[in-house]
Amino acid sequence: MNAPAPVSGPLAALKAAADGFVASYQARKSALAGDIHLRAEAAGLVASRGLPGPREEAWRYTSLRPFAETQFSASARAEPRAALLARIPAISGTRLVFVDGRFHSELSGVPKGFHVTTGAPAFGSIARPGDEKLVALNTMLAEDGAAIHVPAGVDAGTVVLVSLGTGRSVGFHPRHCVMLGAGARLSLVDLALGEEEYLHNPVLTAEIAEGAALTHLRIQDEGAGAFHLSTVYADVAARGTYDSFALTLGARLARMEVHARLAGAGAAAHLNAAQLLGGAQHADFTTVVKHDAPNTASRQTVKNVLTGRSRGVFQGKIEVARIAQKTDGYQMNQALLLSRDAEMDSKPQLEIYADDVKCSHGATVGALDDDQLFYLRTRGVPEEQARAMLVRAFLSEALDPIGHEEARGAMEAAIAAWWDRL
Amino acid sequence: MLEIKGLKAVIEGKEILRGIDLVVPRGEVHAIMGPNGSGKSTLSYVLSGREGYEAIEGTATFGGHDLLALEPEERAALGVFLAFQYPVELPGVNNANFLRTALNAQRRARGEAELDAVQFLKLARAQAKALSMPDDMLKRNVNVGFSGGEKKRNEVLQMAVLRPKLAILDETDSGLDIDALKIVADGVNALRGPDFSAVVITHYQRLLDHIVPDRVHVLSQGRIVRSGGPELAHALEAGGYAAVVPEAA
Repeated sequence: MNAPAPVSGPLAALKAAADGFVASYQARKSALAGDIHLRAEAAGLVASRGLPGPREEAWRYTSLRPFAETQFSASARAEPRAALLARIPAISGTRLVFVDGRFHSELSGVPKGFHVTTGAPAFGSIARPGDEKLVALNTMLAEDGAAIHVPAGVDAGTVVLVSLGTGRSVGFHPRHCVMLGAGARLSLVDLALGEEEYLHNPVLTAEIAEGAALTHLRIQDEGAGAFHLSTVYADVAARGTYDSFALTLGARLARMEVHARLAGAGAAAHLNAAQLLGGAQHADFTTVVKHDAPNTASRQTVKNVLTGRSRGVFQGKIEVARIAQKTDGYQMNQALLLSRDAEMDSKPQLEIYADDVKCSHGATVGALDDDQLFYLRTRGVPEEQARAMLVRAFLSEALDPIGHEEARGAMEAAIAAWWDRL
Repeated sequence: MLEIKGLKAVIEGKEILRGIDLVVPRGEVHAIMGPNGSGKSTLSYVLSGREGYEAIEGTATFGGHDLLALEPEERAALGVFLAFQYPVELPGVNNANFLRTALNAQRRARGEAELDAVQFLKLARAQAKALSMPDDMLKRNVNVGFSGGEKKRNEVLQMAVLRPKLAILDETDSGLDIDALKIVADGVNALRGPDFSAVVITHYQRLLDHIVPDRVHVLSQGRIVRSGGPELAHALEAGGYAAVVPEAA
């Protein structure tokens, strides 16, 4: 990687970081697997347009400056420490483990009745590196990923996709692709865990055919110094569903961006999330839902629990095309601020071009209710436990609908343990 | 035994309790009556430890323990229970889980073994049945969507499960029809015994027809101005507070 040029402001720092990534690509491009044209095109985009900056509307609340000011080296094959391996919750299903972005076959299982390919980035066909700069960065530098293909009519059960970050300031950009044939079903439990500082910039594309159902349950519990910048694209055909829940607990700076496109009549997407942040953490959950067909439905319930000096961001955009009559869109963002210095920024955006639609959004920010706390304490529940109970209650609307019991159990356990790290 | 001596308390700098003296011996039920604004609810909050209700003078002890020095949950573990005038709704908290968490927290604080889910449900169901509460009330969120009467019955259910040594009932009769009133009174009466004391705060005498107190005290402007037997409640009912409280005239 080139030595960074002297920088003066955030824009210069972002430019220097982008240049550093391009130089890294130039030095390693002959060794990178996968489509060289796609990569070269992405490299051109990164070189000319750089990284997302503060002047872009979609990045108003999240500054990548701390990320730009950190040097990341290319990842190499690594072995995770036992303590990190022990953090993987026991969830039955086909386990696919990536360590610092590289597939680790000894830690992984073998699928039955569906297909998984690893060893090269699974670029898929619906990502838009021209629109999302971090996706261009991923496309340029992706080294590995899982292509999961579930044939029509097959219920593939659960795949547990694990990313382990071992620290040491490496950067990795895995590229995953999920393809569900007509009527196929898959529960994808997507765990991002790690220790200390690194960059994890994954892109996952999901192509969900007619009547197929993808349940995407994510736990982001990266290392305390880590940067988690992920992008998901989900295209849902007629009567298909993309049902997702994302729990954010870790990382120093996190942005989860989800682009869901309801492309066929009767398609549905649930983009639920919970962000629990403390210290100086910053986490951003950004969604764009495009209703491109009639009778499509989207629901988003996003809960934030913020303490310390942490900052939570939710940006939710719902676009309803002229053809998408009878759209049902719902979006609710709620924040519980447990400290005076925590901050929540919430930006709903509705762009509606059809005339017969039902779209609603709402946002609330509040503190724990003193009356509720006192009520619990008069019943003998100690203050700390009472606070934890009320926070869990606040999250229940987003957590309770998760039908995958093992994944929900892992999330419950992670939330219960969250208090110990504050 | 609950022993209150010279208790003065302020809320936001305003003196509401202006020197309360009250002794409730073990096994006795005392009623505190008084007009609106006399300090009845303040007394219940000071005894249970609500933030913002500051005792500035005097003492309140229960079984020899200085109540005013303890956190609300510590008072609960000692056996003090406040039945709220307006029970609080807890969306997202299941009633059975809430009760079990509370019971086990108290048992833990007292060094007793905790109850497992099966033992607890058996106990809670039996108590709910005794209070004519449908089983599904245990499955619902705490007080959410409950009618006024259901909320009060839920307070009495908690009391029946937690088995306090001192219950403070803050206008538990308000908003109850006669049938619900009887159920609530039966629930309290079922707990009466040598190890149970209660302070029944009420504006009206009718609750005291069903929970017959050993003593009745009249609170006015932050002080107990009259004390007597159950007949005092009847005198109040007949003549109003003006008849017994000179200042109220």
